[in-house]
Amino acid sequence: MSDSVFTQLLDLACGAFLLTAVVVLWRRELSVIVDVFALQGVALATVPLLIGWHEGRWDLAAVAAGIAVLRAGILPHLMRRALTATTAPPHADEDEDDGASYGTNGPYGTASWDRTDGAHSPERTDRTDGTHRYRADAGEARETQPLVNVAASLLTAALLTLLAYAVSRPLIALDPSPATRALPVGLAVVLIGFFVLTTRRRALSQVVGFLLLDNGITAIAFLATSGVPLIVELGVSFDVLLAVLVLQILTTRMRTAFGTTDLDDLRELHD
Amino acid sequence: MNAHASALWLCAPVAVPLAVAALYAAARRRPLTPWAALVSPAAVLGSAAALSSSAAGGGAVPALGGLLRADALTVWMLLAVGAVALPACAAGPAYLAGERAAGRGGERFVRRYQVLVHLFLGAMCTAVLTANLGVLWAAVEATTIVTAFLVGHRRTRASVEAAWKYVVICSAGIALAFLGIVLIHHAARAAGVPEESALHWPTLLAYADHFDPPVIRLATALVLLGFGAKAGLVPLHAWLPDAHSQAPAPVSALMSGVLLSVSFMAVLRCKAIADAALGTGYTRVLLTAMALLTLALAAGLLLGQRDYKRMLAYSSMEHMSLIALGAAVGTPLALSAVLLHITGHGLAKTVAFCSSGHLLQLRGTSRIDGIRGLLAQAPALGAAFGLAVLALLGLPPFSLFASELGIVRAGFAAGLGGPTAVALVLVLIAFGALSARTARMLLDGRPVPSPTPADAPSFVPERPEGSRGEGPVAAAGSGTAGSRTAVLPVAGARPPETEARPVRLGFAAGLPLVLSLSACAVLGVAAGPLTRLLAAGAAVIGGQ
Repeated sequence: MSDSVFTQLLDLACGAFLLTAVVVLWRRELSVIVDVFALQGVALATVPLLIGWHEGRWDLAAVAAGIAVLRAGILPHLMRRALTATTAPPHADEDEDDGASYGTNGPYGTASWDRTDGAHSPERTDRTDGTHRYRADAGEARETQPLVNVAASLLTAALLTLLAYAVSRPLIALDPSPATRALPVGLAVVLIGFFVLTTRRRALSQVVGFLLLDNGITAIAFLATSGVPLIVELGVSFDVLLAVLVLQILTTRMRTAFGTTDLDDLRELHD
Repeated sequence: MNAHASALWLCAPVAVPLAVAALYAAARRRPLTPWAALVSPAAVLGSAAALSSSAAGGGAVPALGGLLRADALTVWMLLAVGAVALPACAAGPAYLAGERAAGRGGERFVRRYQVLVHLFLGAMCTAVLTANLGVLWAAVEATTIVTAFLVGHRRTRASVEAAWKYVVICSAGIALAFLGIVLIHHAARAAGVPEESALHWPTLLAYADHFDPPVIRLATALVLLGFGAKAGLVPLHAWLPDAHSQAPAPVSALMSGVLLSVSFMAVLRCKAIADAALGTGYTRVLLTAMALLTLALAAGLLLGQRDYKRMLAYSSMEHMSLIALGAAVGTPLALSAVLLHITGHGLAKTVAFCSSGHLLQLRGTSRIDGIRGLLAQAPALGAAFGLAVLALLGLPPFSLFASELGIVRAGFAAGLGGPTAVALVLVLIAFGALSARTARMLLDGRPVPSPTPADAPSFVPERPEGSRGEGPVAAAGSGTAGSRTAVLPVAGARPPETEARPVRLGFAAGLPLVLSLSACAVLGVAAGPLTRLLAAGAAVIGGQ
């Protein structure tokens, strides 16, 4: 592969990587956001594949395969399961075993339950505990009211990208190469991830924000130094996987305890 | 010490807790005795003792091809982990028995508790022992994941909320630290460090003066923010009071006593690299700012605190900020004082959290208002809690007095008089708040007032919640009702059992507390054979 083709393909992958992060900001349906996140995982896996091809390092191809499996396969799958479990009726999960009973209701249970509940019980739920159970259920699968609206979010994403280019100038100057020149894209995704984390109110959106952050850091690692040592990469991937598993279980428990996954309702603990 | 023996001693603190965790997980048919939990801290302390002779001389013991490495700082931190884990694990059986008596902890809960606590210990020891910055990061992140379910063990609203905040804030915060480590890796590769050792801490330190300053500046800021989040420093500290107040008491002791310091040790390692690359000015400004902001926040929130477990959590933030201030000063005296403070705070905070756990099981409330005249009603428990708070206030003979004095003296001597003076004023405020509240809990003989309706919503349900099938509303309702029934008899006539006979703490629950308090006091009077190790540890992170 010639240098110019490599640069173009790498820029294409990085462009797709950034674009998917922006689309996450744009869309409100949580299921769409998870799909877009899976696409971003594919774009991210392309980066080490291209670098490995260019430098003739086939170990990087194996790393790319691992990243694709984790970030485009397993993590989106876990998030879809959390989504199914949280949009299903909030039956108290009585069995002690975490993770055994999720997703048993399937996607169709959701709609029918919303309908029956919406027909004759909103007053009851509002009166009994004040957790706005009815309103939350109607929007449980959507990011209904982010703290910053979509137009302002997209504008902020543009500003964050500019900031990323400004901040990463010393990083590029250290070792100018086609890969390092694409590095600000990774930093922009890190910043967008933080923005999603702080302004989105659904539990699952926060998980996506955290994973965007992590994808961005992984991209930076590949673009700057073709990746951290394998043992570190393995440790990090394992940690991320477990963190998402923990968050998935906590999302379900949050739904059981609060009746919603709206993070604005987390108000038990304060000074 | 030959290579095999040193490899054995280096691997033991990681391998033994993991093995104990596996045993607890495997023993489903016949549950393992809770006292088997003491094997892990004993292994950690034993390894630290075995490694101390070679480390105190300033040498370092490598193993597993440089993946693990023990220098004086490592050995000191291992001692701290072991010294805190021993009483915390010894307090486990009493805590679990109390939970079972309250109808909360079944066989499953006990097994899960022990497995997670030992995985937690193993992860902390990995973080302490590794020489690879990337592995250090992965181990610190693993502690977050392992402790998440311990924080959220109750499944009440407060518990789930604390666990969620804990995982999200800590994971996102520490991701920043990983970005910093990636940038250090970038700088190291550009400076010609070979790929296989580009995250190896001693190699990085040796090459540090060739690193590109702007990149290292960015990386250091990220690492301080990230590991600072896990150490309870501003700006990503919000998880700390929630998590520490919701976790089981022995786990709170471990989290507050050593996990914060282990994360801060990661800051110290990266600070050594940054100082070699940039000079000491940069990290000094950053750490001083973080320390003073954290201290101001902790002192301010201690003033209005109504929950004694949260009070102890804010006291941890206060002490971590003193440790950060000492690290900012960076002279040999300051760094020795920092290391001494880490151990002293760990021991005192363990006693404070473990006794607060007994108190919670005894009274069913974590509100300061709900507890009066403890010293008369439960003398041993009251004395243990009171002495631990006295130690945390920095009174002699406890070692925190010596280390705080050392940090302050070093601060004035190193030309950081202004920040040190501000810190002293803030510590004084915290001192007043902490001592006034504890005195009210321990000594005040007046009856407890019944909670006003305005206070009720902020009350965290701590009473047994009846059957599991109850919804959150019923749980919260029974919690509030429970607090009233717990409180009202005291408000009317003093309950007969506490009037007639003071509550006894029991030998098994009391001994770990007594041992920790006396260790903290002995350490304050004379460090003895540990003095050389302390000086060598300070030298490792820059105090020549």
